Amino acid sequence: MSTFPTDINTIAWPKATDRESVIEINNLKKSFGTQQVLKDVSIKLYKGENLVILGKSGSGKSVLIKCIVRLMNPDAGTINVLGENLSTLNTDALGLLRQKLGFLFQSGALYDSMTVRENLEFPLRRIKKDLSEKEISEKVIEALENVGLADALNKMPSQLSGGMRKRISLARTIVVDPMIMLYDEPTTGLDPVTSDEISELINEVQKKYKTSSIIITHDIECARATADRIIMLKDGEVYTEGNIDDFETSTDPLIKSFFK
Amino acid sequence: MGKFLPALNVIPKLRDATAHSMTKLSEKTLEQTGIFSRFLMDVADVFLFMARFNKELFSGRFEWKEFGHQCYQVGYKTLPLISITGAIMGLVLTIQSRPVLADFGAVSMLPGMVTVSLIREMGPVITALICAGKIGSGMGAELGSMKVTEQIEAMEVSSTNPMRFLVVTRVLAATIMIPLLVLYADLLGILGSWGGANIKGSVTFTLFFSQAFSAVDFLDFLPAVVKTFFFGAVIGLVGTYKGYNAGRGTESVGIAANSAVVLASLLVIIVDMIAVQITDMIIS
Ligand SMILES: Nc1ncnc2c1ncn2[C@@H]1O[C@H](COP(=O)(O)OP(=O)(O)O)[C@@H](O)[C@H]1O
Ligand SMILES: [Mg+2]
Repeated sequence: MSTFPTDINTIAWPKATDRESVIEINNLKKSFGTQQVLKDVSIKLYKGENLVILGKSGSGKSVLIKCIVRLMNPDAGTINVLGENLSTLNTDALGLLRQKLGFLFQSGALYDSMTVRENLEFPLRRIKKDLSEKEISEKVIEALENVGLADALNKMPSQLSGGMRKRISLARTIVVDPMIMLYDEPTTGLDPVTSDEISELINEVQKKYKTSSIIITHDIECARATADRIIMLKDGEVYTEGNIDDFETSTDPLIKSFFK
Repeated sequence: MGKFLPALNVIPKLRDATAHSMTKLSEKTLEQTGIFSRFLMDVADVFLFMARFNKELFSGRFEWKEFGHQCYQVGYKTLPLISITGAIMGLVLTIQSRPVLADFGAVSMLPGMVTVSLIREMGPVITALICAGKIGSGMGAELGSMKVTEQIEAMEVSSTNPMRFLVVTRVLAATIMIPLLVLYADLLGILGSWGGANIKGSVTFTLFFSQAFSAVDFLDFLPAVVKTFFFGAVIGLVGTYKGYNAGRGTESVGIAANSAVVLASLLVIIVDMIAVQITDMIIS
């Protein structure tokens, strides 16, 4: 346990054939102009796990996670989500697939011009079209209660603190019952106490909604609290992979710089 | 002869000065072609954006609720501003024209002349320029900040086409509401003109209006109304285009709002020029 191998191939992780994977990313490449952001990234997300992806800011974490919902198109490589190859989907099929994914944006992305209730109703009305008004209202309240903010129902986003905005944004994501959750830096910019609360919520969501999640972060506390497995990105490539103990006890200088 | 020699010294200096101004001039021209080609590229991009807009306009579901909300934003919220400028426009135009007409002994033509210039040119163009400032920049800033804070992407992942929800509704609202605002500004302009006519001399309301409208015929009115639809579309398209394509980082919101006003105002003037030319060709 003292040192741990940085070569992924020597780690005795369960093979893909042993566990069902819900997302498979193979040899993903993405550049902006001459800047190569993702050089060659291959990642699998297994059913029911919380996978934390660690990396410095600017290492292409957001680009990676946005490729998974096709908000960005990769230059090369394939992404399979729930058995569907993203690049082959037409607009309608992509829309249907996206309904099964929940995306928590780095900035929260609450609609400023709408109240909290309208923010939550927005995806609900568009994704679950056969709900009655009563059911919509119940689901909105339930989601808000799950993040502990039922009393914010009629507030505007500008009236909320950073931590509250993140939680409302999480409520807006879970209100449509996604199968896979994608968290883009859920705790960045929050104080340690609020960060812990968000990490706790991430765990609760996983238990309650039985989701598989990718959590992108550079916050070690969040990784400690939520990770079943960790992948570290460096210079647009997967640098290393392991569980939290492997990382805590690693002697690799880059990993140590994160876990000091 | 010797005393002329110092004068010769001037020549190199003169040559330097000319050379200097030449480089300045060429730099300036370069700079200007830079601005000009950037402008052309901007216009080309707006046309491409318009093609996308057209595609979305006739496909999928129409966002009625958001459209209604935008009509309210564009129309109702701009009313106070348009009321003041419309009335002052009429008033000032009347006060300015009166002495000239008095010189020709033609003060009785005042209502008609002011009304024709209001309806044909002043009303549409000034209202459109004000709307370019208020509505164009508003749309640029709103969509720009939505872009920067990932709200547009959030829409996209919740089964909503942001082009249809944000852009189509706003462009249509501007295209429909700006002509109405122009008509309203024309009306207030004529009222303002009646006020102006009563500063020196007195005209009854009915007399003023009958004189005003007897001077206007359908051919003054129709082209003026038609062009305002184009003004509206230009303002909506440029505002949403600049916002929707804002860069990353908060400073791009300001840039989007600012460049939306500049480009929209410029295009309003250019569209007006084209409209006047076409009207002239058709009528004569
Ligand atoms: N739309 C874009 N256009 C140009 N460059 C981009 C774009 N998105 C991201 N980048 C660049 O890609 C790099 C990685 O960005 P990002 O994935 O946001 O980093 P992070 O790991 O902090 O989330 C950054 O250098 C950023 O400047
Ligand atoms: Mg990021």
